[in-house]
Amino acid sequence: MYWQRVISIVCIYALLAVSFDLLAHFVGLVSLGGALFIGVGGYLSAIMNTSFGFPPLLAIPIATIAGAGICTLLLLPCLPLRGVYFAIVSLMYPLAMCRVIEALDILGGTDGIMGVDSFPNRWVEQYFVILMVLLFLFGVRRLVNLDLGLVLRAVKDNDQAVRASGMSITFYKAVAVFISSAMGCLGGACLVHIYMWSGMSLFALDFSILPIAATVIGGAGTIVGPVLGCLILVPVSELLREFGTLRIVFYSVILVAFIVFRSEGIMVYGQRKYHQIERWVKV
Amino acid sequence: MSDQPILEVKDVTKTFGGILALNRVSFHVNEGEILGIIGPNGSGKTTLINCITAFIKMTSGKVFFRGKDISRKPAHKIADMGLTRTFQIMRPYYSLPAYKNLVIPLFSPRAKRTGGWRGGGKLGDRNTVGIDILEEIGFERDSFVPYKMASTLPTGYLKRLELARCLALKPEIILCDEVFSGLSMSEIASMVPLIERLQMDGIALVMIEHRLRELFRVANRVMVLNFGEKLIEGTADEVMASKKVKEAYFGSEEVEEVMSYA
Ligand SMILES: Nc1ncnc2c1ncn2[C@@H]1O[C@H](COP(=O)(O)OP(=O)(O)OP(=O)(O)O)[C@@H](O)[C@H]1O
Ligand SMILES: [Mg+2]
Repeated sequence: MYWQRVISIVCIYALLAVSFDLLAHFVGLVSLGGALFIGVGGYLSAIMNTSFGFPPLLAIPIATIAGAGICTLLLLPCLPLRGVYFAIVSLMYPLAMCRVIEALDILGGTDGIMGVDSFPNRWVEQYFVILMVLLFLFGVRRLVNLDLGLVLRAVKDNDQAVRASGMSITFYKAVAVFISSAMGCLGGACLVHIYMWSGMSLFALDFSILPIAATVIGGAGTIVGPVLGCLILVPVSELLREFGTLRIVFYSVILVAFIVFRSEGIMVYGQRKYHQIERWVKV
Repeated sequence: MSDQPILEVKDVTKTFGGILALNRVSFHVNEGEILGIIGPNGSGKTTLINCITAFIKMTSGKVFFRGKDISRKPAHKIADMGLTRTFQIMRPYYSLPAYKNLVIPLFSPRAKRTGGWRGGGKLGDRNTVGIDILEEIGFERDSFVPYKMASTLPTGYLKRLELARCLALKPEIILCDEVFSGLSMSEIASMVPLIERLQMDGIALVMIEHRLRELFRVANRVMVLNFGEKLIEGTADEVMASKKVKEAYFGSEEVEEVMSYA
């Protein structure tokens, strides 16, 4: 029962990590917006459920699409800019949202929104989130190999040539942000129905930082690697639950260690070893 | 053919901080014409192209494309209208094979509209159209060159790739920034017929060049820039006979070489 819950949490972080990897390594936008996506998706689904009476399995898809739209609009102003602006703005929004909810006492204020319906039963919850991770994992892997994916990579490597080809780089960045934030909002929407509560902790920094650590550990730019990273990092972080917010220190140490010692990530390392062994066996 | 010029540039001025890079430059390009632009290093030729195509914002002035004011349009909208450019410092997608480089422009709204991409919606189509365009521009189809990574291609092919990116958009005019520079004599000799073919296909060209001899062979008219100002404009002979040009290029062997050749 407890570990079942952990698997659900792994899946939600996996969605965030895939979303981070897509933006960072295929579009060139370093996003710290995990918390923003989770928060927007979570609150939307909670409102949809408690105020309009939509069942979770209807509220979640609506929150995913509408949330992605909202997040894309919020981030639109910094898309034409190059450099660190995107990272900074995507980090500022969740912090600002918390203060706004607190100060204006809207959306349940500091207590949050209670009485959110849970999934019909535990098995639906479990399989739904696992299915979503698989869906987006293979979807994104497919996407980056399509012609559209090629354009996204071109936006990262050589935006001037893309402009000279008659394409708006802001538009394609917005498309990518929409897809990414949809993944995050989906995760947030699932989360509120798992916890049956939506509160300010949805905007917690963990949702922005852990996916990055997971991506670095798993192997940046591989899409599958980040999911692998979450499978390792989230259970460990659950074991460290007693330490509370000190866990951020733990992510940071792991992040730094991996960057310093094995920057390629498990996935890339594994692939290389696999090829080596394959050659070795042949010989 | 109408009398209206395809491209008209009026009083374009650009300052970088206090430096005047372009000072009220005006010129026009007629339908199907090749206009050469020459000038010493740092005279503002690349800056002029950047201003016309909105890659940098001009300080003042106006640009008309087919009579329409495009001075305030963003770069991708200008390219979308058929006013394309190459980069002096080549900008291929280095991590992609040559033919995949063309999938990106073929994905653009203009390519979809103009049928530069004739595909029926299948994934492979842009690849084959890309290879067709590369063949047109001088990549040997049956060799491995179109499949090589752009990062391993020699300069000659990268220059062609720059042109190919424009061709994928079915352009009406191409602004070429030094497509001959860095090429060997024989490479240029094989490039010249390509340029002539583009003109025969009805594409107007603006060619910035330092290789005067080859430029004068293809250009209908030539304009000279010096310190951001237009010195003179006319046929190749008129330009070379001008005293002002000799002064601007004073001591340059290239001019003497061309003079003896003419
Ligand atoms: N981004 C910039 N910032 C400041 N000054 C610039 C910038 N770009 C160009 N300049 C200056 O403007 C002037 C014109 O430069 P430009 O690159 O247009 O010359 P060019 O005619 O293309 O030279 P070349 O033949 O070497 O290519 C130069 O003095 C250059 O230093
Ligand atoms: Mg130049």
